[in-house]
Amino acid sequence: MNGSFTIPKFRLPAFVASLGQKLPQWPHALALVAGLNAALKMKLLPESELALLEDKLFRVRVLDTGGEASYTYANGLFRPVFRPQREPDLAFAANLSAYLQLLSRQEDPDTLFFSRELEITGDTELGLIVKNMLDAVEWPKFSARLPVFRH
Amino acid sequence: MTSLPDLVCPAGSLPALKAAVDNGADAVYLGFKNDTNARNFAGLNFDQKTMADGIRYAHAKGREILLAINTFPQAGRVADWHKAVDAAVDQGVDAIILADIGLLDYARNRHPQQRLHLSVQGSATSYEAINFCQREFDIRRAVLPRVLTLAQVENVIRNTTVEIEVFGFGSLCVMNEGRCWLSSYACGESPNTVGACSPAKYVKWDKKPGAMETRLNGVLIDRFGDDEPAGYPTLCKGRFEVQGETYYALEEPTSLNVLEILPEIIKIGVRAIKVEGRQRSPAYVTQVTRTLRAALDSLRDGSERFHVKPAWQAELAKVSEGSQATLGAYNRPWR
Ligand code: SF4
Repeated sequence: MNGSFTIPKFRLPAFVASLGQKLPQWPHALALVAGLNAALKMKLLPESELALLEDKLFRVRVLDTGGEASYTYANGLFRPVFRPQREPDLAFAANLSAYLQLLSRQEDPDTLFFSRELEITGDTELGLIVKNMLDAVEWPKFSARLPVFRH
Repeated sequence: MTSLPDLVCPAGSLPALKAAVDNGADAVYLGFKNDTNARNFAGLNFDQKTMADGIRYAHAKGREILLAINTFPQAGRVADWHKAVDAAVDQGVDAIILADIGLLDYARNRHPQQRLHLSVQGSATSYEAINFCQREFDIRRAVLPRVLTLAQVENVIRNTTVEIEVFGFGSLCVMNEGRCWLSSYACGESPNTVGACSPAKYVKWDKKPGAMETRLNGVLIDRFGDDEPAGYPTLCKGRFEVQGETYYALEEPTSLNVLEILPEIIKIGVRAIKVEGRQRSPAYVTQVTRTLRAALDSLRDGSERFHVKPAWQAELAKVSEGSQATLGAYNRPWR
């Protein structure tokens, strides 16, 4: 996104997480899903790989905010799953700073994974597909267009 | 003034290719989205369109695109590999990197003008082998396996007119070069057959209290404590119990890093330095390319005083698997 700005590694104080866990989880899930669907609409995600995500359940956990979002991909759209009835096929867990570093392409997911800052559990191949899919996306000058960032 | 070797960087996606070009790679190497290359992972690599875009991008900035077709044709499917060679020529890549002698023969006869490189998987460690490939297939360059000492590399260079490319950075896969079947032992699939070592579908990361276990098709490869850096479960980098002791019996999970001996590498006449990691992200390609570019540029005028900047080492250490660096075979006392 912005090459001149470096996101440092940080960890929010523990009380933030305990607060976060008490808040309703749906805003995160909605924001995440809105972002993914916007990327879909702009045809940024390759269709051959999207087909491999059909009906899979994903969970993203932000450790130091206590936030958590589950979502699935079906019939051409990402949808939030508010009360998952089963273990996710693929789950990510990391502190907020690691996610920001990932999204801005400042750090490599393998680097974060090997250094244990990013936890990935579940179906390894699915994880690789998602990683490679996001890596291959050519983000347009972005922040102004995605609804999540606009609000 | 010494001429610098080319910096050859990996790309598994268009953003990675652009990152390599933008950060100073002289050439970028890629593969098709199929098992004709040794990094055949879901979602990775190039189709016709992305490759055309990539070639255009690189050529506009005066850089080269090298295409790796570095697996061995499987019985009954040789036509797929021939098609890959033809497609590469059609796309207009600057060179094709080949490992298989039959394919070299095909490419040379079918496309007499195409520049050909001998892949590291071709396993040529002697100048005799390299000169044979020059005589028979007119290869322009050979990538040396990561098993030679610096003195041995120099000896090869002295005895051939083929350009020599060596590995400069990345995860170590000794592969016995080109002949490793360890992965097949656990899951029936190896780089030279399906184009991937330890394919992800066989990999399981198991988080237990206080530890994470990694398994390949059910075989326990390693167990990491909570603060220990983890590695990908390839068999060669597992910890195994041998005569009552559990340790890295085959290989330590380290990365190759030649920064320290860069002046020597240039002095002996290495023509290109290669970075491993087509499976890694654009962020990795950015970090490694810009670091090696800076190091090479600091040697541009044959400068006698080469200092490895701590910032370079820190940047490379961060992206290394296992976070340990080694000079690999280059400075090994034994041969
Ligand atoms: S097991 Fe190790 S040496 Fe063999 S191919 Fe895989 S990474 Fe390379």
